[in-house]
Amino acid sequence: MPKDHGIGASPKRREDVRFLTGTGNYTDDINVYGQAYVYFLRSDMAHGNIKNIDTSAAEAMSGVVKIFTGADFEGVGGIPCGWEITDKNGDAMQEPAHPVLAIGKVRHVGDPIAAVVADSLEEARNAAEAIDVDIEELPAVVDMKAALEDGATKVHDDLTSNLCYDWQFGTETADVDAAFAGAAHVTTLELTNNRLVANPMEPRVAVGDYNRAGDHSTLHTTSQNPHVIRLLMGAFVLGIPEHKLTVVAPDVGGGFGTKIFHYAEEAFVTFAAKACNRAVKWTSSRSEAFMSDAHGRDHVSKIELALDADNNFVGLRTDTYANMGAYLSTFASSVPTWLHGTLMAGNYKTPAVQVNVKAVFTTTVPVDAYRGAGRPEATYQLERLIDKAARELSVDPMALRRQNFITSFPYATPVAVEYDTGDYNATMDKMEELMDFPGFAARRAASEAKGMLRGRGVNCFIEACGIAPSNLVGQLGARAGLYDAATVRVNATGSISVMVGAHSHGQGHETVFPQVVAEMLGIDEGMIDIVHGDTSKIPFGMGTYGSRSLAVCGSAMVRATEKIINKAKKIAAHLLEASEGDIELKDGQFSVAGTDKSVAWGDVTLAAYVPHNYPLEDIEPGLEETAFYDPANFTYPAGAYACEVEVDPETGKVTIEKFVSADDFGNVVNPMIVEGQVHGGIAQGIGQALLENCAYDENGQLLSASYMDYAMPRADDLPHMANYVVDHSCQTPCTHNPLGVKGCGEAGAIGSPPTVVNAVLDALNSGNHDVEHIDMPVSPSRVWEAMNG
Amino acid sequence: MTEVTMVVNGKSVTKSVKGNTLMTEFLREELRLTGTHVGCDTSQCGACVVHVNGEAVKSCTMFAAEANGAEVNTIESMENPDGSLGVIQQAFQDHHGLQCGFCTPGMVMSAAALLKDNPKPSEAEIRDYLEGNICRCTGYHNIVKSIMAASGQDVSNIAAE
Repeated sequence: MPKDHGIGASPKRREDVRFLTGTGNYTDDINVYGQAYVYFLRSDMAHGNIKNIDTSAAEAMSGVVKIFTGADFEGVGGIPCGWEITDKNGDAMQEPAHPVLAIGKVRHVGDPIAAVVADSLEEARNAAEAIDVDIEELPAVVDMKAALEDGATKVHDDLTSNLCYDWQFGTETADVDAAFAGAAHVTTLELTNNRLVANPMEPRVAVGDYNRAGDHSTLHTTSQNPHVIRLLMGAFVLGIPEHKLTVVAPDVGGGFGTKIFHYAEEAFVTFAAKACNRAVKWTSSRSEAFMSDAHGRDHVSKIELALDADNNFVGLRTDTYANMGAYLSTFASSVPTWLHGTLMAGNYKTPAVQVNVKAVFTTTVPVDAYRGAGRPEATYQLERLIDKAARELSVDPMALRRQNFITSFPYATPVAVEYDTGDYNATMDKMEELMDFPGFAARRAASEAKGMLRGRGVNCFIEACGIAPSNLVGQLGARAGLYDAATVRVNATGSISVMVGAHSHGQGHETVFPQVVAEMLGIDEGMIDIVHGDTSKIPFGMGTYGSRSLAVCGSAMVRATEKIINKAKKIAAHLLEASEGDIELKDGQFSVAGTDKSVAWGDVTLAAYVPHNYPLEDIEPGLEETAFYDPANFTYPAGAYACEVEVDPETGKVTIEKFVSADDFGNVVNPMIVEGQVHGGIAQGIGQALLENCAYDENGQLLSASYMDYAMPRADDLPHMANYVVDHSCQTPCTHNPLGVKGCGEAGAIGSPPTVVNAVLDALNSGNHDVEHIDMPVSPSRVWEAMNG
Repeated sequence: MTEVTMVVNGKSVTKSVKGNTLMTEFLREELRLTGTHVGCDTSQCGACVVHVNGEAVKSCTMFAAEANGAEVNTIESMENPDGSLGVIQQAFQDHHGLQCGFCTPGMVMSAAALLKDNPKPSEAEIRDYLEGNICRCTGYHNIVKSIMAASGQDVSNIAAE
């Protein structure tokens, strides 16, 4: 019988009522009395020298409050990068300036040149059209390998080249070379991980406000981590100390990574509100989002696997080019390195693993973390490669995986991380059971009878979530700690407000987090509310990304609740005239062990605030505790995914006929939420595999800048319900956080792309077909070309 | 400026609007009905779907002036008179048919229009009908399930896991 409350239950989401009745409070729903509007004039050229910007005609136009250009931001800090990478020679990465508005040059289509603040958006837009900009066009820098050739046009004139860093990690070269030299078989694969756009349905919005009386700035913004924005914007860009700056991220309509980063528009509206002494609002259009939201992925890799005569993996070597775009977005530098290289061992006991990454500047929109961030790129390379090796060696791809699985834990990989726990055979077993593999041959025959090709693909993956131990990431170049914080405020009547540093933008924290506290205290979930998203209300917090909310912030909440329980037991002991050590808490009652004496939760909380009969000489009145939690290790969710596809050889269209995910997320607090997260991640992964592609032409023009050109997954692109199972019954609890949870937000996006492409290649190698390679997105035209080209 | 009169969520409203004021702007800025959302600028995403004279319309592609004399219903009109969630809304909550909530008003309004014309749609019909509504969070699985449940179909045997 499933639980109906507390940990393990699936209560209906309390946030749903406001979203279903149109009463959510998203940033664009916020208007400040007397606000002005900003319109950004953006570059329509990929690369050029700004010769002159004449705003005189525009300034005279109706409604214009003020027009800003890069010159207004001389002396103001630029948009910072939060992670410094040290290259293989021990040198720091090349880190270009990133001005709020372009200074001297434009470096990608969408780079903001000027900002018009006006009484209305229409007047701002009209005035922007009257700005006369003289730009001398320079050659675009689009192809990463060409960008690194001698004499290539430089994106940043003050850097030595377009190379941000050349990073090497893992096993020493001599040892990897020796592994390959002794190999019985080497499989090599070159592939592209396509550039994506995160596309949360809510475009970014920022409203800056300034109160002269208190010299206080407030930024309302669509962010996954308001405290991070306060830190980056306050300390590095605008020089506003924390007590003079509030950042509010109210209801946020999806993030997927792209709302982690600090963006120029946030700094602009905050700066402009003070300069104009008037609130300033910016609402991104979708077209603007395509050219100003950080993009994701965009890696080109060569990867090699060495196997011995018994098909044991003995060596792995990768060589990746990672596109940074024109500037370094907040966590851009960490994605192809620490979030990618450290996962390159996958689920396998390969003894020698070396990862090489060249990060490259191009005249394109900056690239940063998108759901999975580095881990999908690692998994995609490895799992495509293993399938290719299996084909070359004519062995079963699942057997080849199982043979090489890590089976004892903890396990230290050659790429720095130590997996605490897992059971990869268990998820594989579960996946195989749900897929009905014995029935595949008959299903393939049925497809062939219809003139269709059928293929099946499998994939195993591991990810590192719950980022991260602060001292470790500090050694690796992070410029921030990555703990989280929670305050549990118990009120006099026993109701509770929990202020958490994690931010909920679809994850359902308002429902899930109270389940944990209610379970610990034995009280009703309805007595507990979560407060998040406002730096003036919560103690601190690093926000939500990398599947960390419950593993890191949830752990802080547990620690704070434990402090509450400890104090409440002292109060109860006093009220019950018993020894503190004899007090037990169960179902919201404090009792003296072995007696029938007890006192209710509400009596204890009331005593804390009305301390007439209270041990004032020993403890303070009140009942409020804060905890900061810094994780001891990453968490390592893992899983096995599989799907079956049908390919129409006439059109090249791929249809997913069956899909199974078997995940190990450790303990699960709310199964309904977990399944929803997996559904969403898988949809984005299938989107990457079959549909989505952010494309630039050779002139650096963004070809996919609207939903007319960028293929978002629709309802009929995804597997139907009868043939789609997401399972999370295999559970090896995390060993180092108090809830034993690992995180479930990114698994679907990591696990599904190689699953789908492996299935497509299986279909394209059935019968008399022998397609060796295909890149994502596996669109009908690419499939058709691969079969007929 | 043009004077427009329409019945919005059962109440008559008369306002002066510019000829180029979009219906979304009118609802959101003039009437402060902010449940209708704008997720794109090419009429693809469907976050702005409302009902005009009973038909589902993407309000980002309609001028407010065009709705003169019309009866308009938005997400704010979908709850029951006692304030409880309407059938479709309740089904979305029951089956976790929403996450961030941004596309949700459009999904609910589209679902209502579908069920008016097709009271017991199949899964394939629902997926096909939602071609004009994009959700980035849910993968649509639970949205489809919610709509089937709202139409009175038994979804208890559909694998949630």
